Formats: sequence, C-alpha cells, structure tokens
Amino acid sequence: MKKLLPLLLAAALLSAGPARADTTLLNVSYDVMRDFYKDYNPVFQKYWQGKAGEKITIQQSHGGSSAQARSVIEGLEADVITMNQHSDIDAVAQRGKQLPENWASRLPNNAAPFTSLQVLIVRKGNPKGIKDFSDLIKPGIAVVIPNPKTAGNGRYTYLAAWGYALKQPGGNEQKARDFVSALFKNVPVLDTGGRGATTTFMQRNIGDVLVTFENEAEMIAREFGRGNFEVVYPSLSIEAELPVSVVDKVVDKKGTRKQAEEYLKYLWSLEGQTVAAQNYLRPRDKAVAGKFASQFPAVKLFTVDEFGGWKAITPKHFADGAIYDQIAAANAKK
Amino acid sequence: MANNKIRRPGITDEAPWVKWLLTGIALVFIGLFLLIPLVSVFFEALRKGWELYLAALVEPDALSAVKLTLVTALIAVPLNLTFGVAAAWAIAKFEFKGKSVLITLIDLPFSVSPVVAGLIYVLLFGAHGWFGEWLGAHDIKIIFAVPGIVLATIFVTFPFVARELIPLMEAQGSDEEQAALVLGASGLQTFWRVTLPNIKWGLLYGVILANARAMGEFGAVSVVSGHIRGMTNTIPLHVEILYNEYNFVGAFACASILALLALVTLALKSWVEWKAERDDEAARIAANAE
Repeated sequence: MKKLLPLLLAAALLSAGPARADTTLLNVSYDVMRDFYKDYNPVFQKYWQGKAGEKITIQQSHGGSSAQARSVIEGLEADVITMNQHSDIDAVAQRGKQLPENWASRLPNNAAPFTSLQVLIVRKGNPKGIKDFSDLIKPGIAVVIPNPKTAGNGRYTYLAAWGYALKQPGGNEQKARDFVSALFKNVPVLDTGGRGATTTFMQRNIGDVLVTFENEAEMIAREFGRGNFEVVYPSLSIEAELPVSVVDKVVDKKGTRKQAEEYLKYLWSLEGQTVAAQNYLRPRDKAVAGKFASQFPAVKLFTVDEFGGWKAITPKHFADGAIYDQIAAANAKK
Repeated sequence: MANNKIRRPGITDEAPWVKWLLTGIALVFIGLFLLIPLVSVFFEALRKGWELYLAALVEPDALSAVKLTLVTALIAVPLNLTFGVAAAWAIAKFEFKGKSVLITLIDLPFSVSPVVAGLIYVLLFGAHGWFGEWLGAHDIKIIFAVPGIVLATIFVTFPFVARELIPLMEAQGSDEEQAALVLGASGLQTFWRVTLPNIKWGLLYGVILANARAMGEFGAVSVVSGHIRGMTNTIPLHVEILYNEYNFVGAFACASILALLALVTLALKSWVEWKAERDDEAARIAANAE
C-alpha cells in the first residue's frame, strides 16, 4: 500500500483535470456535425472574446444522435445539444426533463439554424444510371442507408422515400409502404450512424448508391477527392431541419446560460451562417444563401410537417413494432 | 535438465506432407489474421511520413487520451492486484462457506459483455439511476467523467490477477506457510517471505494481462465515457473518433501506441514465463542436490 498511495494521489490530482477559470461549454452533437463545429467554434470564441472579454472553451462530444441524446438524459452535462432531428431533443425534454417541451419555439426557424436534404451519391460515371428515388428500388441495385432505428440520417431517408412515393401521381399510403419496403430490400448493410454508412460506401466499396445528407457529400469530396463519385439530386426530397437547444438544467447549475444562449444565437449571425454554407449546410439567411446559391441546386422539398411532425412520425413509423419494424421483419423473411 | 535433450519419438504417424500442410495452414492463418493486420497498423500510421505521425501523437487531444489511459490503468491495476492477491489467497489456502459463489463472482466479468458492464454503471450512477439523484444533489460526477471510466475498467479487469493466482496457489498448497508459522513467523512475515516469493511470477503475469486489458478496453468505457474530446476519451475511444473523421494517420498513429503496448506486453509475458521456468529449474536442482 505504501507504493500505492502516491500513485493514487497523483491519479486523483490528474483526474481533477484542467482547472480553468474561464467558462467551458460542452456541445453534445451528432456524428457528421464535427466538421461544422470545428470551424464554427473558433469564430464564436473570437466573437465572444471581443464582445464580453471572456475566453471561452468549447468541448465537443460526437456520436449517433439518439445515443448522444440518451447520454444527456443519463447525465452527460451538455450546455447545448445540437442534433439532426427534433425528436432527439424532444426525448431529452420528455424523459430527462432537462429542458422545457416548448424548446423549439425559443429560437427562430423552429430552432434549426440551417437545413440539409437527402441526396443520392453514386459511383463515378453513374454506371447504374441512377437519377431519382424510383431507381433505387430496381432489382440488383445495392443501396447504403444507416439504420433508421439509430440514426436520424436513416430516418430522413426513410421519410424521403415515403414522401416521394406518396406524392407521385396516384400515390397513397399503401403504395408508399410498398415503395419503402422495396427500397430497404435493396439495402445490404445498415450502419448505426451516418459516418459509418459513408465509410461502408467509400472505404469498403459496398453498394451502388449512398443516400445521405447533402453536407456529408461535401465531406466525402474533401476526403476522397471530387472525381471519385457523383451527387445526384432527386426530383423531390425531404428538408432536414437540424435543431439546437440550450439544456436548461445544466446551464442553470453551471451558471453558463448567458454564454450558451449566445453560442446558439450566433449560429444565425452572418458569420455563423457563412460557416454553415461553407460546410454545405443550407443557411436560413437569405443574403448568405444568395451568395452561395451556386452550390445549392434548387430541389423541390417537403418537410416532416407533411406527416404531422416528429411527434406523429415517431410512433407511427419508428417505434418498436411500428411500420419500419414490420417492413424489416417482412423483408427478413423473404 | 537432461530430460529435455532426449529426442522424443514421433507423436503422430501421419505422412510428412500432411504434417507440412497442417503446419502451413496454421502459419498462413497466423500471418493473415495476426501478422498482416499488425504490420498494416504501422504501415498506415507511417504512410505520410514520420513528421505527421509524430504530430498526430503530440496533438493535445491525443496526449490527453494517453494521459487518461495511463491514469485509469494506474488506478485500476494496483487495486486489482491487491484484491486479486487477497481473493486468491483466501480461496486457495482456506475452506469456507460460499467459496464457489465467490469464485463465480470473480469470473463474472469474463462472461458479461463489456457493453453490459458499462450499462450497469449507467443504471447505478446515471441521472435516472439508483444513486443518480443523490449524486446529482451533491454534485458528484461518476459517469461521463473519470471515476466512471476507472470503475468500468476495474470491472472488466477484475478476474485477471485472481484467476492467474488461484490455480498456482492451490497447486502449491499451504505446507510452506504452515512450516513458517510453526517456526514462529507472524502472519505478515509468512505472507511477505513465503507466499509472495512463491507467487511472484504468476502475479506479475496477471498484472501484465490486467494492464493490457485496462489500456485497451473499448466497450465498457465507451458506454460511460460521454466521448468529450480532450476530457473523457481514452486511447481506444480516440482512435475510433479519429477514424470516423477520416483522419487515418492520426487514428493509426494512436492505434500503433496500443499495438506497441501489446508487443511490449507480449515480450514482458515471455520474459516472465522464461524467468519463472528458470526459477523452477533452479529450485528443482537445489532440491535434488540436497
């Protein structure tokens, strides 16, 4: 024990961690947002230093969006939570009671400072001639989609396909269901997160099409080179609102509400919106959107409100035993 | 000694080509599944040169991951060493009720999936866990902080030392301890001068294995970490993050630290085995000489 004691003391000291006098914010976010916040955090730090004269440290935590929400509910002390769909933050409000249920109305644009949409990424030269969602259900086409049960990314793809089928001439619920069922029959691997799906498609070379967010397509271009794939914009897709919120219980306890709220509000500033556009997230600001118009082709979009919002969608489609589970079970039998 | 020199008769009667084929398959298998992946880790890490490799290792988040991993191992391994020796001693040298229950409990972490091990601590110490409210009220952080990571690591490395020592101590019996006690040694003296020297190599072996697992554990630690960059990421978690960010040089540079650790562990393990064997040999020769 004599030898142990100094070791334990040293360990305790080390684990006490960096004692900073400055404010530290923890941003708990989802998988593919890391690149955006890597660029945005220094911009905000500079702004806050100039405005309040305070040095601010921002820590990041990334993972599958639902898993991250779960961690916040279990006590991961996030000052702000930045997700890819409202239902994950709703979960924190309902199960964790760490923020009020009307959180989405506290910031403009339904608390989503930018949006993205589901696009189709195909191999160089588009060898299978894929032009639209309708091509994805053809026999022999392998589609890579992350698991809708664990990834918001996968849920948006599911809803994009559902809405696409519904809005075709003569479309109805049954046809939409058949269409989505045929689509998931063509999916060889269901990764748990968006980044995993990208790795499956680009690194492991599996599949003919990857369906993912438009901003993830830009990431692929930066990492794997622009010549290695093509982005196909479908005739109709879903607009993904990427919401943010302060976690009230945490900021009130830590006394960081002022900084955390400013951190999120600044996302709507000219600078914040520009960083978003540079990362291929569609900005809300009209002026910034105009400036970057060339990189955002106009696509006919519908939103989750089409289906009554996430509060109606989750129980109908993604809860245990709901439509997605039924489709997956039926496909597994075939 | 002399026994080793005697040429053993052929154990099998198979034709030479069968023997060579089987040996060949085994070697190819080892090469494909162990050697090539190990080499590829270093190859990927050094693909873009030493400069980038070193830069990836001294990056603040990587350093913090290394520090956290070392701290975790420094706490978990000594604790398990103390516990392991005590448990093995009690189990091997004494008879008592509930002994088999104790052995089963010690083995539990081997059979429980690491993810479940992590979730146990979330259930206990999470905000909605059994002790969550009390901990929250007293502002004590266990999960998503260093204590949780240490707890999870202790759990998964629990059996290593004890499991290594129990068979060894049982085989040795308690004759020597009894002799020492009869000759007037105190309990503590007996432990330090008789028991400990007898088990030292087995103990070291167990510690090495426990340490390797403590530094390499992913599943359980991943559940309780919270993945805060530069704060609660151990090396294995940091490797995964870098890989997901397409930072392959960084990911494999950090992975190479773990691979190096594995190699050092292997070398240490062989050395310990060799030493232990030599000690045994020496003891036998000494015994024969008497």
